[in-house]
Amino acid sequence: MQIDWFPLWLSLRVAFVSTAIAFVAGLWLAYILANREFRGKEVLDAAVTLPLVLPPTVLGYYLLVLLAGNSQLGKLWENVFGSPLVFTWKAAVLAALLHALPLLVKSARAALESVDRSLERAARNLGASEWRLFWRVTLPLARRSILAATALAFARSLGDFGVTLMVAGNIPGRTQTVAVAIYDAVESGNTALARTLVLVISAIALLILTLANRLNPRYQR
Amino acid sequence: MINARLRKSFSARPDSAAFSLELEFQAAAGITVLFGPSGSGKTLTLDLIAGFVRPDDGRILLDDEILFDRAAGVNLAPQGRNCGYVFQDYALFPHMTLRQNLEFAAERRPRLERHRRVNEMLERFRLGDAAGRRPHELSGGQRQRCSIARALIGAPKLLLLDEPAQGLDAPLRAEFYEVLRQVRADFKTPILLVTHNLDECFELGEEMLILREGRLVQSGAPSTILDQPANVDVARLLGVFNLIPGEIRALDPGRNTSKVQMGEYELDGPYFPGHLKGDRVTVCVRPERLAALARNGRPGANQIPAQLERAVEKPQSMRLEFAGGMAVDVGRADYERVRDTKDWVIEFPRESLRVL
Repeated sequence: MQIDWFPLWLSLRVAFVSTAIAFVAGLWLAYILANREFRGKEVLDAAVTLPLVLPPTVLGYYLLVLLAGNSQLGKLWENVFGSPLVFTWKAAVLAALLHALPLLVKSARAALESVDRSLERAARNLGASEWRLFWRVTLPLARRSILAATALAFARSLGDFGVTLMVAGNIPGRTQTVAVAIYDAVESGNTALARTLVLVISAIALLILTLANRLNPRYQR
Repeated sequence: MINARLRKSFSARPDSAAFSLELEFQAAAGITVLFGPSGSGKTLTLDLIAGFVRPDDGRILLDDEILFDRAAGVNLAPQGRNCGYVFQDYALFPHMTLRQNLEFAAERRPRLERHRRVNEMLERFRLGDAAGRRPHELSGGQRQRCSIARALIGAPKLLLLDEPAQGLDAPLRAEFYEVLRQVRADFKTPILLVTHNLDECFELGEEMLILREGRLVQSGAPSTILDQPANVDVARLLGVFNLIPGEIRALDPGRNTSKVQMGEYELDGPYFPGHLKGDRVTVCVRPERLAALARNGRPGANQIPAQLERAVEKPQSMRLEFAGGMAVDVGRADYERVRDTKDWVIEFPRESLRVL
Protein backbone atom coordinates (compact mmCIF):
# COMPACT_ATOMS: atom_id res chain seq x y z
CA MET A 1 0.00 0.00 0.00
CA GLN A 2 1.22 3.44 -0.90
CA ILE A 3 1.10 5.72 2.13
CA ASP A 4 1.04 9.48 1.72
CA TRP A 5 3.37 10.84 4.42
CA PHE A 6 2.60 14.47 3.67
CA PRO A 7 0.16 14.90 6.62
CA LEU A 8 2.86 13.73 9.04
CA TRP A 9 5.47 16.16 7.70
CA LEU A 10 2.93 18.95 7.74
CA SER A 11 1.97 18.19 11.33
CA LEU A 12 5.60 18.17 12.42
CA ARG A 13 6.28 21.43 10.61
CA VAL A 14 3.19 23.07 12.09
CA ALA A 15 4.08 21.85 15.57
CA PHE A 16 7.66 23.03 15.21
CA VAL A 17 6.78 26.54 14.08
CA SER A 18 3.97 27.01 16.57
CA THR A 19 6.16 25.74 19.44
CA ALA A 20 8.91 28.15 18.46
CA ILE A 21 6.47 31.06 18.46
CA ALA A 22 4.88 29.85 21.70
CA PHE A 23 8.31 29.56 23.32
CA VAL A 24 9.29 33.16 22.67
CA ALA A 25 5.87 34.70 23.30
CA GLY A 26 5.13 32.39 26.21
CA LEU A 27 8.40 33.08 27.97
CA TRP A 28 7.83 36.80 27.60
CA LEU A 29 4.27 36.56 28.93
CA ALA A 30 5.39 34.30 31.76
CA TYR A 31 8.13 36.77 32.71
CA ILE A 32 5.62 39.62 32.81
CA LEU A 33 3.17 37.56 34.87
CA ALA A 34 5.86 36.36 37.28
CA ASN A 35 7.63 39.66 37.83
CA ARG A 36 5.35 42.61 37.25
CA GLU A 37 2.45 43.84 39.31
CA PHE A 38 -0.30 45.44 37.27
CA ARG A 39 -4.06 45.65 37.15
CA GLY A 40 -5.73 42.84 35.30
CA LYS A 41 -2.76 40.53 35.71
CA GLU A 42 -4.86 37.54 36.68
CA VAL A 43 -7.36 38.38 33.93
CA LEU A 44 -4.50 38.22 31.43
CA ASP A 45 -3.41 34.87 32.87
CA ALA A 46 -6.98 33.56 32.60
CA ALA A 47 -7.32 34.85 29.04
CA VAL A 48 -4.13 33.07 28.02
CA THR A 49 -5.42 29.88 29.63
CA LEU A 50 -8.85 30.12 28.01
CA PRO A 51 -8.03 28.02 24.91
CA LEU A 52 -7.39 25.05 27.20
CA VAL A 53 -11.03 24.95 28.24
CA LEU A 54 -13.03 26.41 25.34
CA PRO A 55 -14.45 24.03 22.71
CA PRO A 56 -12.45 23.93 19.45
CA THR A 57 -15.43 25.25 17.54
CA VAL A 58 -15.44 28.42 19.65
CA LEU A 59 -11.73 28.94 19.09
CA GLY A 60 -12.10 28.21 15.39
CA TYR A 61 -14.95 30.67 15.16
CA TYR A 62 -12.88 33.40 16.82
CA LEU A 63 -9.97 32.78 14.48
CA LEU A 64 -12.20 32.80 11.40
CA VAL A 65 -13.85 36.05 12.43
CA LEU A 66 -10.49 37.62 13.21
CA LEU A 67 -8.57 36.40 10.20
CA ALA A 68 -11.01 35.83 7.36
CA GLY A 69 -10.31 37.67 4.12
CA ASN A 70 -12.91 40.34 4.83
CA SER A 71 -11.71 41.14 8.38
CA GLN A 72 -9.21 43.92 9.25
CA LEU A 73 -6.45 41.50 10.22
CA GLY A 74 -7.18 39.30 7.24
CA LYS A 75 -6.88 42.26 4.88
CA LEU A 76 -3.69 43.39 6.56
CA TRP A 77 -2.21 39.91 6.15
CA GLU A 78 -3.21 39.77 2.52
CA ASN A 79 -1.72 43.21 1.85
CA VAL A 80 1.57 42.27 3.47
CA PHE A 81 1.98 38.70 2.23
CA GLY A 82 -0.05 38.81 -0.94
CA SER A 83 -2.29 35.85 -0.17
CA PRO A 84 -5.03 35.09 2.36
CA LEU A 85 -4.17 33.44 5.66
CA VAL A 86 -7.14 31.17 6.22
CA PHE A 87 -7.10 27.70 4.65
CA THR A 88 -3.29 27.65 4.47
CA TRP A 89 -0.84 25.71 6.65
CA LYS A 90 -0.02 28.99 8.40
CA ALA A 91 -3.55 29.05 9.74
CA ALA A 92 -2.91 25.57 11.12
CA VAL A 93 0.11 27.00 12.93
CA LEU A 94 -2.17 29.57 14.57
CA ALA A 95 -4.60 26.84 15.55
CA ALA A 96 -1.80 24.83 17.15
CA LEU A 97 -0.42 27.95 18.80
CA LEU A 98 -3.70 28.45 20.65
CA HIS A 99 -3.01 25.18 22.48
CA ALA A 100 0.74 25.46 22.84
CA LEU A 101 0.81 28.97 24.30
CA PRO A 102 -1.29 28.39 27.44
CA LEU A 103 0.69 25.27 28.31
CA LEU A 104 3.93 27.18 28.01
CA VAL A 105 2.80 30.30 29.82
CA LYS A 106 1.32 28.34 32.74
CA SER A 107 4.36 26.14 33.26
CA ALA A 108 6.95 28.83 32.59
CA ARG A 109 5.28 31.22 35.02
CA ALA A 110 5.27 28.55 37.73
CA ALA A 111 8.89 27.67 36.93
CA LEU A 112 10.06 31.29 37.05
CA GLU A 113 8.17 31.90 40.28
CA SER A 114 9.64 28.81 41.90
CA VAL A 115 13.18 30.15 41.63
CA ASP A 116 14.38 31.07 45.11
CA ARG A 117 13.66 34.76 45.69
CA SER A 118 16.81 35.18 47.74
CA LEU A 119 18.91 34.20 44.70
CA GLU A 120 17.25 36.97 42.71
CA ARG A 121 17.83 39.39 45.56
CA ALA A 122 21.45 38.31 45.73
CA ALA A 123 21.90 38.94 42.00
CA ARG A 124 20.37 42.42 42.27
CA ASN A 125 22.45 43.13 45.33
CA LEU A 126 25.57 42.20 43.36
CA GLY A 127 24.71 44.78 40.74
CA ALA A 128 23.11 42.57 38.09
CA SER A 129 20.58 44.29 35.83
CA GLU A 130 17.13 42.72 35.53
CA TRP A 131 18.16 41.49 32.08
CA ARG A 132 21.31 39.76 33.35
CA LEU A 133 19.44 38.43 36.38
CA PHE A 134 16.93 36.79 34.05
CA TRP A 135 19.42 35.25 31.61
CA ARG A 136 22.10 34.26 34.10
CA VAL A 137 20.15 33.24 37.19
CA THR A 138 16.39 32.84 36.81
CA LEU A 139 16.27 31.19 33.39
CA PRO A 140 19.11 28.69 33.97
CA LEU A 141 17.49 27.63 37.23
CA ALA A 142 14.05 27.26 35.64
CA ARG A 143 15.49 25.73 32.46
CA ARG A 144 14.45 22.13 32.94
CA SER A 145 10.83 22.90 33.78
CA ILE A 146 10.58 25.26 30.83
CA LEU A 147 12.07 22.72 28.42
CA ALA A 148 9.67 20.10 29.74
CA ALA A 149 6.79 22.49 29.15
CA THR A 150 8.08 23.18 25.64
CA ALA A 151 8.13 19.48 24.84
CA LEU A 152 4.59 19.19 26.14
CA ALA A 153 3.52 22.15 24.01
CA PHE A 154 5.10 20.51 20.96
CA ALA A 155 3.22 17.27 21.60
CA ARG A 156 -0.03 19.17 22.01
CA SER A 157 0.62 21.12 18.79
CA LEU A 158 0.92 17.85 16.88
CA GLY A 159 -2.54 16.76 17.80
CA ASP A 160 -4.96 19.59 17.14
CA PHE A 161 -8.03 18.65 15.13
CA GLY A 162 -11.07 20.87 15.57
CA VAL A 163 -9.59 24.32 15.25
CA THR A 164 -7.32 23.25 12.40
CA LEU A 165 -10.26 21.85 10.50
CA MET A 166 -12.18 25.09 10.88
CA VAL A 167 -9.46 27.58 9.93
CA ALA A 168 -7.09 25.54 7.73
CA GLY A 169 -9.59 23.14 6.27
CA ASN A 170 -8.94 19.72 4.85
CA ILE A 171 -7.03 20.22 1.62
CA PRO A 172 -4.97 17.10 0.86
CA GLY A 173 -1.38 17.97 0.11
CA ARG A 174 -1.79 21.51 1.45
CA THR A 175 -3.49 21.79 4.83
CA GLN A 176 -4.29 18.22 5.74
CA THR A 177 -2.52 17.47 9.05
CA VAL A 178 -2.27 13.99 10.59
CA ALA A 179 -5.30 14.47 12.82
CA VAL A 180 -7.42 15.58 9.88
CA ALA A 181 -6.01 12.90 7.59
CA ILE A 182 -6.94 10.18 10.10
CA TYR A 183 -10.49 11.49 10.29
CA ASP A 184 -10.60 11.51 6.51
CA ALA A 185 -9.22 7.99 6.24
CA VAL A 186 -11.74 6.59 8.73
CA GLU A 187 -14.63 8.35 6.99
CA SER A 188 -13.59 6.96 3.63
CA GLY A 189 -13.00 3.43 4.98
CA ASN A 190 -9.24 3.48 4.49
CA THR A 191 -8.53 1.66 7.76
CA ALA A 192 -4.98 0.69 6.82
CA LEU A 193 -3.95 4.33 6.41
CA ALA A 194 -5.82 5.35 9.56
CA ARG A 195 -4.15 2.57 11.58
CA THR A 196 -0.65 3.49 10.37
CA LEU A 197 -1.03 7.19 11.06
CA VAL A 198 -2.58 6.53 14.49
CA LEU A 199 0.33 4.31 15.49
CA VAL A 200 2.99 6.68 14.20
CA ILE A 201 1.53 9.79 15.83
CA SER A 202 1.03 7.91 19.13
CA ALA A 203 4.63 6.73 19.11
CA ILE A 204 5.94 10.24 18.46
CA ALA A 205 3.76 11.70 21.24
CA LEU A 206 4.84 8.96 23.66
CA LEU A 207 8.47 9.69 22.88
CA ILE A 208 8.07 13.40 23.44
CA LEU A 209 6.16 12.99 26.71
CA THR A 210 8.80 10.60 28.04
CA LEU A 211 11.43 13.18 27.18
CA ALA A 212 9.38 15.87 28.93
CA ASN A 213 9.13 13.75 32.07
CA ARG A 214 12.86 13.16 32.13
CA LEU A 215 13.45 16.90 31.86
CA ASN A 216 11.04 17.73 34.63
CA PRO A 217 13.08 18.28 37.81
CA ARG A 218 10.31 16.74 39.91
CA TYR A 219 11.01 13.35 38.39
CA GLN A 220 14.76 13.59 38.73
CA ARG A 221 16.53 10.78 40.62
CA MET B 1 29.21 55.44 57.99
CA ILE B 2 25.58 54.50 57.59
CA ASN B 3 22.85 56.75 58.82
CA ALA B 4 19.28 55.51 58.65
CA ARG B 5 15.85 56.69 59.64
CA LEU B 6 13.29 54.08 58.65
CA ARG B 7 9.57 53.65 58.88
CA LYS B 8 7.69 50.72 57.41
CA SER B 9 4.39 49.17 58.32
CA PHE B 10 2.51 46.14 57.13
CA SER B 11 -1.20 45.71 57.70
CA ALA B 12 -2.52 42.43 59.06
CA ARG B 13 -2.86 39.58 56.55
CA PRO B 14 -4.47 36.18 56.92
CA ASP B 15 -1.04 34.64 57.47
CA SER B 16 0.67 37.43 59.41
CA ALA B 17 -0.16 40.01 62.05
CA ALA B 18 0.23 43.73 61.50
CA PHE B 19 3.77 44.95 62.01
CA SER B 20 5.38 48.34 62.09
CA LEU B 21 9.01 49.31 62.21
CA GLU B 22 10.25 52.72 63.26
CA LEU B 23 13.93 53.02 63.72
CA GLU B 24 16.73 55.55 63.67
CA PHE B 25 20.39 54.67 64.03
CA GLN B 26 23.85 55.13 62.69
CA ALA B 27 26.82 52.80 62.47
CA ALA B 28 30.46 53.60 61.85
CA ALA B 29 33.28 51.29 60.74
CA GLY B 30 33.43 48.13 62.86
CA ILE B 31 30.74 45.63 63.70
CA THR B 32 27.33 46.80 64.83
CA VAL B 33 25.08 44.02 65.99
CA LEU B 34 21.32 44.11 65.49
CA PHE B 35 20.00 41.98 68.30
CA GLY B 36 16.42 41.02 69.02
CA PRO B 37 13.96 38.13 69.12
CA SER B 38 12.48 36.68 65.93
CA GLY B 39 9.97 39.04 64.41
CA SER B 40 11.55 42.17 65.86
CA GLY B 41 12.39 43.57 62.43
CA LYS B 42 16.12 42.82 62.20
CA THR B 43 16.10 41.26 58.74
CA LEU B 44 13.54 43.81 57.55
CA THR B 45 15.99 46.53 58.55
CA LEU B 46 18.69 44.98 56.35
CA ASP B 47 16.21 44.58 53.48
CA LEU B 48 15.20 48.24 53.73
CA ILE B 49 18.83 49.32 53.60
CA ALA B 50 19.69 46.98 50.72
CA GLY B 51 16.66 48.23 48.79
CA PHE B 52 14.68 44.98 48.62
CA VAL B 53 11.81 46.57 50.52
CA ARG B 54 10.80 50.20 50.13
CA PRO B 55 10.40 52.17 53.36
CA ASP B 56 7.16 54.12 53.86
CA ASP B 57 9.17 57.05 55.06
CA GLY B 58 12.66 58.01 56.14
CA ARG B 59 16.13 58.51 54.79
CA ILE B 60 19.16 56.29 54.31
CA LEU B 61 22.56 57.87 53.98
CA LEU B 62 25.65 55.79 53.22
CA ASP B 63 28.80 57.87 53.56
CA ASP B 64 27.65 60.96 51.67
CA GLU B 65 25.38 59.18 49.22
CA ILE B 66 21.61 59.22 49.63
CA LEU B 67 20.22 55.72 49.06
CA PHE B 68 16.69 56.62 50.00
CA ASP B 69 14.95 59.83 50.88
CA ARG B 70 11.23 59.94 50.69
CA ALA B 71 11.01 63.69 51.02
CA ALA B 72 13.40 64.18 48.08
CA GLY B 73 11.92 61.26 46.14
CA VAL B 74 15.20 59.34 46.01
CA ASN B 75 15.05 55.54 45.97
CA LEU B 76 18.09 53.83 44.49
CA ALA B 77 17.60 50.33 43.06
CA PRO B 78 19.33 47.50 44.96
CA GLN B 79 21.82 47.36 42.06
CA GLY B 80 22.99 50.88 42.78
CA ARG B 81 23.34 50.74 46.54
CA ASN B 82 26.76 49.19 46.90
CA CYS B 83 25.88 47.22 50.03
CA GLY B 84 27.33 43.73 50.36
CA TYR B 85 24.70 41.31 51.66
CA VAL B 86 25.39 37.90 53.19
CA PHE B 87 22.08 36.07 53.21
CA GLN B 88 20.90 33.75 55.93
CA ASP B 89 21.05 30.75 53.58
CA TYR B 90 24.03 32.33 51.74
CA ALA B 91 22.07 32.45 48.44
CA LEU B 92 24.97 31.11 46.39
CA PHE B 93 23.95 30.48 42.79
CA PRO B 94 23.59 26.68 42.71
CA HIS B 95 24.23 26.37 38.96
CA MET B 96 27.56 28.19 39.11
CA THR B 97 30.91 27.11 40.51
CA LEU B 98 32.39 28.99 43.39
CA ARG B 99 34.63 30.92 40.99
CA GLN B 100 31.67 31.76 38.74
CA ASN B 101 29.76 33.01 41.76
CA LEU B 102 32.58 35.45 42.45
CA GLU B 103 32.94 36.39 38.78
CA PHE B 104 29.23 37.15 38.58
CA ALA B 105 29.68 39.65 41.41
CA ALA B 106 32.71 41.26 39.79
CA GLU B 107 31.27 41.45 36.29
CA ARG B 108 31.11 45.21 36.14
CA ARG B 109 34.87 45.46 36.47
CA PRO B 110 37.24 45.33 33.50
CA ARG B 111 38.18 41.81 32.50
CA LEU B 112 41.78 41.79 33.71
CA GLU B 113 41.01 43.42 37.02
CA ARG B 114 38.07 41.07 37.50
CA HIS B 115 40.31 38.09 37.11
CA ARG B 116 42.89 39.46 39.52
CA ARG B 117 40.23 40.40 42.06
CA VAL B 118 38.57 36.97 41.97
CA ASN B 119 41.90 35.24 42.52
CA GLU B 120 42.74 37.60 45.33
CA MET B 121 39.44 36.80 47.06
CA LEU B 122 39.82 33.06 46.52
CA GLU B 123 43.19 33.23 48.20
CA ARG B 124 42.19 35.55 51.01
CA PHE B 125 39.27 33.34 51.98
CA ARG B 126 41.18 30.06 51.46
CA LEU B 127 38.86 28.96 48.66
CA GLY B 128 41.44 28.29 45.94
CA ASP B 129 41.16 24.51 46.06
CA ALA B 130 37.36 24.59 45.87
CA ALA B 131 37.07 27.22 43.13
CA GLY B 132 35.78 24.74 40.55
CA ARG B 133 33.09 23.19 42.72
CA ARG B 134 29.41 23.98 42.89
CA PRO B 135 27.85 25.17 46.16
CA HIS B 136 26.31 21.78 46.98
CA GLU B 137 29.77 20.21 46.83
CA LEU B 138 31.22 22.67 49.35
CA SER B 139 31.50 22.34 53.12
CA GLY B 140 29.45 24.63 55.36
CA GLY B 141 32.48 26.75 56.14
CA GLN B 142 33.45 27.10 52.46
CA ARG B 143 29.92 28.09 51.52
CA GLN B 144 29.96 30.75 54.16
CA ARG B 145 33.36 32.12 53.21
CA CYS B 146 32.31 32.13 49.57
CA SER B 147 29.22 34.11 50.43
CA ILE B 148 31.27 36.69 52.34
CA ALA B 149 33.89 36.86 49.57
CA ARG B 150 31.14 37.36 46.99
CA ALA B 151 29.61 40.16 49.02
CA LEU B 152 32.96 41.92 49.40
CA ILE B 153 34.32 41.55 45.88
CA GLY B 154 32.57 44.65 44.60
CA ALA B 155 34.18 46.72 47.39
CA PRO B 156 30.89 47.65 49.05
CA LYS B 157 30.62 50.60 51.39
CA LEU B 158 28.61 48.57 53.88
CA LEU B 159 28.40 44.87 54.69
CA LEU B 160 25.09 43.39 55.83
CA LEU B 161 25.00 39.93 57.39
CA ASP B 162 21.76 38.14 58.21
CA GLU B 163 22.36 35.53 60.93
CA PRO B 164 25.27 34.01 59.03
CA ALA B 165 26.29 31.70 61.87
CA GLN B 166 22.87 30.27 62.50
CA GLY B 167 22.79 26.52 62.22
CA LEU B 168 26.57 26.17 62.29
CA ASP B 169 28.19 23.92 64.87
CA ALA B 170 30.66 25.30 67.39
CA PRO B 171 33.95 24.88 65.44
CA LEU B 172 32.46 26.46 62.30
CA ARG B 173 31.02 29.24 64.40
CA ALA B 174 34.45 29.97 65.87
CA GLU B 175 35.95 29.89 62.38
CA PHE B 176 33.32 32.32 61.18
CA TYR B 177 34.04 34.73 64.04
CA GLU B 178 37.70 34.60 63.06
CA VAL B 179 36.88 35.33 59.40
CA LEU B 180 34.64 38.21 60.34
CA ARG B 181 37.24 39.74 62.66
CA GLN B 182 39.71 39.54 59.79
CA VAL B 183 37.21 41.23 57.48
CA ARG B 184 36.71 43.98 60.04
CA ALA B 185 40.45 44.54 60.19
CA ASP B 186 41.05 44.45 56.41
CA PHE B 187 38.00 46.26 55.03
CA LYS B 188 37.18 49.59 56.53
CA THR B 189 33.45 49.25 56.00
CA PRO B 190 30.74 49.34 58.61
CA ILE B 191 29.34 45.86 59.21
CA LEU B 192 25.74 45.32 60.30
CA LEU B 193 25.30 41.86 61.76
CA VAL B 194 21.86 40.49 62.56
CA THR B 195 21.75 37.87 65.27
CA HIS B 196 19.69 36.60 68.12
CA ASN B 197 22.67 34.97 69.73
CA LEU B 198 23.93 36.98 72.69
CA ASP B 199 27.38 35.35 72.67
CA GLU B 200 27.83 36.60 69.12
CA CYS B 201 27.09 40.16 70.22
CA PHE B 202 29.89 40.02 72.76
CA GLU B 203 32.27 38.07 70.60
CA LEU B 204 32.01 40.45 67.67
CA GLY B 205 30.05 43.60 68.36
CA GLU B 206 31.52 46.97 69.13
CA GLU B 207 28.06 48.44 69.13
CA MET B 208 24.77 46.76 69.76
CA LEU B 209 21.29 47.84 68.74
CA ILE B 210 18.50 46.03 70.54
CA LEU B 211 15.25 45.74 68.61
CA ARG B 212 11.90 44.75 69.93
CA GLU B 213 8.67 44.80 67.92
CA GLY B 214 10.15 47.13 65.35
CA ARG B 215 11.52 49.68 67.82
CA LEU B 216 15.04 50.38 69.02
CA VAL B 217 14.91 49.75 72.77
CA GLN B 218 18.56 50.29 73.64
CA SER B 219 21.88 50.87 71.95
CA GLY B 220 25.46 51.01 73.12
CA ALA B 221 28.49 48.86 73.69
CA PRO B 222 27.47 45.27 74.60
CA SER B 223 29.28 45.40 77.95
CA THR B 224 27.57 48.68 78.86
CA ILE B 225 24.17 47.24 77.99
CA LEU B 226 24.84 44.13 79.99
CA ASP B 227 25.91 46.23 82.94
CA GLN B 228 22.85 48.43 82.82
CA PRO B 229 19.88 47.30 80.70
CA ALA B 230 17.56 50.21 79.92
CA ASN B 231 14.45 48.51 81.25
CA VAL B 232 12.89 45.21 82.26
CA ASP B 233 12.03 44.40 78.63
CA VAL B 234 15.65 44.66 77.57
CA ALA B 235 16.77 42.63 80.57
CA ARG B 236 14.26 39.90 79.63
CA LEU B 237 15.43 39.94 76.00
CA LEU B 238 19.04 39.51 77.05
CA GLY B 239 17.79 36.61 79.13
CA VAL B 240 20.77 36.48 81.48
CA PHE B 241 19.48 38.26 84.57
CA ASN B 242 17.76 37.45 87.80
CA LEU B 243 14.79 39.78 87.91
CA ILE B 244 13.23 40.20 91.36
CA PRO B 245 10.56 42.67 92.45
CA GLY B 246 11.68 45.09 95.18
CA GLU B 247 11.17 48.50 96.68
CA ILE B 248 13.68 51.31 97.27
CA ARG B 249 13.75 52.17 100.97
CA ALA B 250 16.63 54.62 101.10
CA LEU B 251 18.87 56.54 98.71
CA ASP B 252 22.01 58.49 99.60
CA PRO B 253 23.81 60.09 96.65
CA GLY B 254 26.50 61.56 98.95
CA ARG B 255 27.70 58.20 100.20
CA ASN B 256 26.63 56.39 96.98
CA THR B 257 24.43 53.95 98.86
CA SER B 258 20.87 52.71 98.82
CA LYS B 259 18.69 50.21 100.57
CA VAL B 260 16.39 47.91 98.63
CA GLN B 261 13.66 45.83 100.22
CA MET B 262 13.32 42.35 98.71
CA GLY B 263 10.71 40.24 100.42
CA GLU B 264 11.48 40.39 104.10
CA TYR B 265 15.12 41.30 103.61
CA GLU B 266 16.79 44.62 103.08
CA LEU B 267 19.88 44.79 100.85
CA ASP B 268 22.54 47.47 100.53
CA GLY B 269 23.20 48.70 97.02
CA PRO B 270 24.89 51.58 95.23
CA TYR B 271 23.07 54.87 94.66
CA PHE B 272 20.51 54.57 91.82
CA PRO B 273 20.25 57.83 89.89
CA GLY B 274 16.83 58.65 88.54
CA HIS B 275 14.93 56.74 91.18
CA LEU B 276 13.04 57.92 94.25
CA LYS B 277 12.61 56.48 97.69
CA GLY B 278 9.51 54.29 97.71
CA ASP B 279 9.78 53.33 94.01
CA ARG B 280 8.62 49.81 93.22
CA VAL B 281 11.41 48.46 91.06
CA THR B 282 12.77 45.29 89.53
CA VAL B 283 16.12 44.30 90.95
CA CYS B 284 18.36 43.01 88.18
CA VAL B 285 21.45 40.92 88.95
CA ARG B 286 23.50 38.62 86.79
CA PRO B 287 23.77 35.05 88.13
CA GLU B 288 27.56 35.02 87.93
CA ARG B 289 27.82 38.09 90.16
CA LEU B 290 26.01 36.39 93.05
CA ALA B 291 27.53 33.98 95.54
CA ALA B 292 25.84 30.91 97.01
CA LEU B 293 27.12 30.02 100.47
CA ALA B 294 26.36 27.59 103.25
CA ARG B 295 24.15 29.26 105.81
CA ASN B 296 25.86 29.85 109.11
CA GLY B 297 23.38 30.96 111.78
CA ARG B 298 21.66 34.23 110.96
CA PRO B 299 22.07 35.45 107.38
CA GLY B 300 24.75 38.15 107.19
CA ALA B 301 24.53 41.53 105.48
CA ASN B 302 23.18 41.32 101.89
CA GLN B 303 22.44 37.63 102.29
CA ILE B 304 19.07 35.99 101.69
CA PRO B 305 18.28 32.40 102.65
CA ALA B 306 17.09 30.30 99.77
CA GLN B 307 15.95 26.79 98.97
CA LEU B 308 18.07 25.03 96.32
CA GLU B 309 15.90 23.32 93.70
CA ARG B 310 18.56 21.90 91.45
CA ALA B 311 22.09 22.26 90.20
CA VAL B 312 22.54 22.31 86.41
CA GLU B 313 25.85 21.67 84.70
CA LYS B 314 26.87 24.30 82.20
CA PRO B 315 29.94 24.12 79.99
CA GLN B 316 31.97 26.62 82.03
CA SER B 317 30.25 26.58 85.43
CA MET B 318 27.47 25.21 87.60
CA ARG B 319 24.13 26.92 87.69
CA LEU B 320 22.31 26.67 91.01
CA GLU B 321 18.60 27.24 90.69
CA PHE B 322 16.78 28.35 93.82
CA ALA B 323 13.10 28.50 94.70
CA GLY B 324 11.51 31.71 93.45
CA GLY B 325 13.37 31.66 90.12
CA MET B 326 16.77 32.84 91.39
CA ALA B 327 19.85 31.50 89.66
CA VAL B 328 23.47 31.66 90.77
CA ASP B 329 26.45 30.66 88.62
CA VAL B 330 29.46 29.32 90.50
CA GLY B 331 32.76 27.90 89.32
CA ARG B 332 33.05 24.11 89.39
CA ALA B 333 35.78 24.16 92.01
CA ASP B 334 33.73 26.47 94.24
CA TYR B 335 30.75 24.19 93.82
CA GLU B 336 32.72 21.14 94.92
CA ARG B 337 33.40 22.87 98.26
CA VAL B 338 29.73 23.61 99.02
CA ARG B 339 27.93 20.79 97.23
CA ASP B 340 26.75 19.03 100.39
CA THR B 341 25.16 22.16 101.83
CA LYS B 342 21.54 21.85 102.97
CA ASP B 343 20.86 25.41 104.09
CA TRP B 344 21.83 28.04 101.58
CA VAL B 345 22.14 31.77 101.51
CA ILE B 346 22.55 33.88 98.42
CA GLU B 347 24.88 36.79 98.81
CA PHE B 348 24.27 39.96 96.76
CA PRO B 349 27.50 41.95 96.46
CA ARG B 350 26.64 45.62 96.93
CA GLU B 351 27.98 46.71 93.52
CA SER B 352 26.16 43.96 91.64
CA LEU B 353 22.70 45.37 92.26
CA ARG B 354 20.87 47.22 89.49
CA VAL B 355 17.29 48.38 89.59
CA LEU B 356 15.02 48.87 86.61
